[in-house]
Order: sequence, then structure tokens, then C-alpha cells
Amino acid sequence: MKKPPAIGKTTVRGLNPFGGERAAQLVPQARLAGPMPWVIAIMIALTVIAAAGGLALNNVASNARADLAGGATVQILEASKQERNRQATAAEAMLAEHPAVASTRRVPDAELDALLEPWLGVGADNEAVPMPALIDIRLRDDATEDTLNALRGLLVSAAPSARVDAQSSWLAPVFSAISSLQWLSAALVILLGLTSAAAVWLAARSALGANNETIEIVHLLGGTDVQIARIFERSIGFDATLGGAVGLALGLIVILFLGQRFDELGSGMMAGGGLDWLDWIAIAIIPLIGVAIAMLTARITVLGALRRLL
Amino acid sequence: MNATEKEGITFDNVGLRYGADREVLSDVSFTLFPGSFYFLTGASGAGKTSLLKLLYLAQRPSRGAIRMFGTDVITLPRNRLPSYRRRLGVVFQDFRLVPHLSAYDNVALPLRVSGVREADLKKPVRDMMEWVGLGHRIDARPATLSGGEQQRVAIARAVIGRPELLVADEPTGNVDPEMALKLLRLFESLNRMGTTVVVATHDVHLLKKVPESLIMRLDKGRLSDPTGALRYPPRANTQAGNRGDGRG
Ligand SMILES: Nc1ncnc2c1ncn2[C@@H]1O[C@H](COP(=O)(O)OP(=O)(O)OP(=O)(O)O)[C@@H](O)[C@H]1O
Ligand SMILES: [Mg+2]
Repeated sequence: MKKPPAIGKTTVRGLNPFGGERAAQLVPQARLAGPMPWVIAIMIALTVIAAAGGLALNNVASNARADLAGGATVQILEASKQERNRQATAAEAMLAEHPAVASTRRVPDAELDALLEPWLGVGADNEAVPMPALIDIRLRDDATEDTLNALRGLLVSAAPSARVDAQSSWLAPVFSAISSLQWLSAALVILLGLTSAAAVWLAARSALGANNETIEIVHLLGGTDVQIARIFERSIGFDATLGGAVGLALGLIVILFLGQRFDELGSGMMAGGGLDWLDWIAIAIIPLIGVAIAMLTARITVLGALRRLL
Repeated sequence: MNATEKEGITFDNVGLRYGADREVLSDVSFTLFPGSFYFLTGASGAGKTSLLKLLYLAQRPSRGAIRMFGTDVITLPRNRLPSYRRRLGVVFQDFRLVPHLSAYDNVALPLRVSGVREADLKKPVRDMMEWVGLGHRIDARPATLSGGEQQRVAIARAVIGRPELLVADEPTGNVDPEMALKLLRLFESLNRMGTTVVVATHDVHLLKKVPESLIMRLDKGRLSDPTGALRYPPRANTQAGNRGDGRG
């Protein structure tokens, strides 16, 4: 009978860390053929879309508010054209001097005509339908009732027909609607975020469930807890990165598509709904959080399984 | 305390129960002397696998003391056990091969876990596969191997790291008598290099093939040791020079 092979001393012990490709092959690599990256991709895509929607809505609201909060409108409601122009000129001059006012702009009659054209028809006789003179005011601060009262007091003698209104007061119902939408989208983002976290957690756990036997074998062969946990962390981290990238891409496609549709609306209000770079960073962080959750799950699950063994 | 006792493995009044059941091992006391060859026999359910589990550090006893390589392994913190497990080779009764690794990678696994470089393990692993008669099956998954072939992969994996203690649970249960003998020769040659060997088996014919072996007989969880040889073996049994070398 042939002699058994000599078992060399070199094979007895080494200092090479057990990692990389050799260690990774201990976990079956399903990659995109397995359900886990896709679960993560879908959850990341939904979260990205919800977050983008929430952030855009936030921008719409805060841009509109900033635009309007510091704005006031003075209307000179006077039937006689000469008197109206006199009062408007006087009022504009006085307002420009006032410390609370940053700038004023008399809205030219031609612009008002253009605004009313769809309702009154081209070349309508101005005198037949008396139009107020309009002065747009940018205030240095928000248009509080105190500031508005001060301006009213200022104008009472020189332009008795003047009426001063905060621009935001016209849009109060719009703001309250936007604000409810903001709450709704914040709640949706939080709920979706939690659901995604739970889905990633469950996907990672079930991916590990099939590997309990392997965990136990490597444990009995002298693998340390950290060694074994790292193998699974790495493998699941890879799957999650794949899923996160796919999910982010899907989400971005939807966001850009929706963004284009809203741009086409050309509405002044929706124009404020673009995302700035901080928003984009926040969106880009979402898949990273997903990967972190997946890896943390792997670590906790494997260490938990190992702790049940001696 | 002499050198052999210090390095050997000692069980002292060890008892084991699973959950709240009765003890499956009671008052088990013995010393495994370094470089000796032991057979562990007993009826099915006598507690052989349970005793081996204590030996390969998969289970803590319910009572008693176990010392291995000069250390009390019962009070040892968990995180220090892996370095002891790496000094052992185990053939599990149910093989426990990693199902999606090739036969080659299963055999290489203990070496990789203990940090042997790829370049250093290639030849030993191939030679070992060759020797257990699986040189042509190195890329096969365990599921595509016969029971006996899986058993030989399990044995190759257990001996590849040249362990200080080899524990084998029914290692010849699925192979023909000729292969059984061949595998026994592998254990013996490892034994001659200094490895302590414990083989659990039902097969009484096997016992006679290793004349200088010591027999541990378990009966309903109790170790019979009428002559006290398992606790205080005659010096002759621990002397490598006294063994017949004409075999093989
Ligand atoms: N994990 C366990 N939980 C509960 N009882 C167990 C467990 N493992 C073994 N036992 C019981 O312990 C006793 C000894 O089992 P063990 O596997 O050690 O026997 P054995 O001598 O190896 O038998 P065999 O020759 O059939 O392999 C049996 O009665 C068995 O039912
Ligand atoms: Mg058994």
C-alpha cells in the first residue's frame, strides 16, 4: 500500500488573514439572480422617489414663501386717470424713502393690460373698465401687519386711495395646502424609509438563513466570530451595493422624468421645485444607508448565530 | 505533574445532559496521552458522539473538568476557543461538508481559516485528495459524491492541518473494508507523527487492526475502565518506540 502523503510543516500554521475571494466563496453568490439585490433595489428606488418628492415640495413651499413673504402690493383704486397717476407717483416716491422698503416697482399699465387681455379682450377701453395702479414692494423683512400699518399711515395723506396688502395673504390657502402636503410627504418618506430598512433587514437575514450550516462548520474548524461575520458582511454588502445602485438609478430616472413634466408646466410656482445640491446629496446617501443596514444585519445575525454555539 | 499529563487531554468526572433530560454522559474520567491511538466503542446511543463533541469543543459539559493542551477549556472565554479548535482535526459523523464548495475547497478550508497561503496549500491538498482516492473528483460538489467519497473528503479535511488531536466519528461507516483499512493507515501515519487519535466506531474488526490501540468502551453514558488503564495507562502505551512498526 502506498504511503500516505507527508503533511508538510508549512501547511500547519500561517499568518494570512482569511479573506477576499477565497473566503467569499463560502457564501453562495446569487447576485442579481437572487431576490436580495432586487428587494433592496425596489425599496431604495421607492425611498429615493419619495424623498425627492418631499424635498422638491419643500423647495416649492420655501421658495414661494420667501418670494411672497417679503412682498407687498399697493393698489391705487382711483377712477380718474390723472389722479391715479399722481397718487401712484407720490406713493412710490414716499415708499422708496421708507426704511422698511428694499425696492419698489410701478407695474406699467401695459403689463396690466397684457395680464387682463384674456379677460377683457384686445384694445379694451381702459377708461371703460377702470384699472388700479399697482406698485410692487420688496420689503427688507417679512410683511408683518405692523409694517403694513406703518406703510398705510405713510400713504394716507398723499395717496388716500391706496390699499396696501401683503402678497402672501392672497396665497394663504395655497400655503396651507402645501404645508399639509409637506407633512404627508415627510410621513411617507419616514414610513418608506422604515419599511425599506425592515425589508433590507429581512432580505439579509433570509440570505443568511440558508448559510447556518456553513457558519457552524467554519466555526468548528476554528474560524473566529469576527472572521466569519466579515465573510457574510462582505458578501451581503456586495449584494446590497448592487441593489442600491440599481435602485438609485431607477429612482433617478423617475425623478428626472417627473422633473421634466413639471418644467413643461412652466408654472412660476413649480419652477421653485428644483432640487439643489444638498438635496441631491441627501438622495445619494439613501442607498449608502441601505448598504450599511444590510451589512449591519449580516454582522448582528451572524454574531447572534455564533453566540448560540460554544 | 509530568510533561505528558500537562500536554494531554484530561476529563475529570465529566457529566453531560441536553436540556433537562437525564445525563447522556456520567462520571466520565480519562486521560488521552499524547501520541496514543484510542478507539471509542459502545452501542448506538451510548454517548459516543456526545463525548466527541466535548472533545472537539462543540459543547460544554454540564459538570466536571476538561483540560486540553495544559488549559482548562471549560472556564476559557469563548473568544479563545478558536485557537484550540485549530489544533484539532474532526471527522463528523454527518461529514459536515460545505455544500456549495468543491471537494478541493472543502479540504483546503481549515488551512485557509488558519491563514495558510494559497501557494503553500495547493500541493498538500492535491496530494491528500489523491491519496484518499479522489484525485479525479477535486472539483465535485459534495452532493454529487457518494457517501463513501464524502466521508473521504471529510477525513482529508480533518487530517490536512496535521492536528495535535484527531477526532473521528464513525469514519469508516460508509466505505468498503479495503478503503476502511486504507483510511486507518492514514490515521496511523498521522499518529506516528505525534497526533493523538480518537476513533469512534461500531466496527470490532477495526479494533484488531491497530494492536497497540486503547479501547474506551461507553455503556449508557458511562465509561468502563476496569483496569484503570484509561486514567493511568502503562507507560509502554505512550512510548512511540514500543510500537510495532512493521505495518503499512
Ligand atoms: N442534541 C441533543 N439533544 C438531546 N438529546 C441528544 C442530543 N444529541 C444526542 N442526544 C441523546 O444523547 C444520547 C447519546 O447520543 P449520541 O449521539 O452521543 O450517541 P452515539 O453513541 O453517538 O450513537 P450512534 O452510535 O448511533 O452514533 C442519545 O440518547 C441521544 O438521543
Ligand atoms: Mg454517534
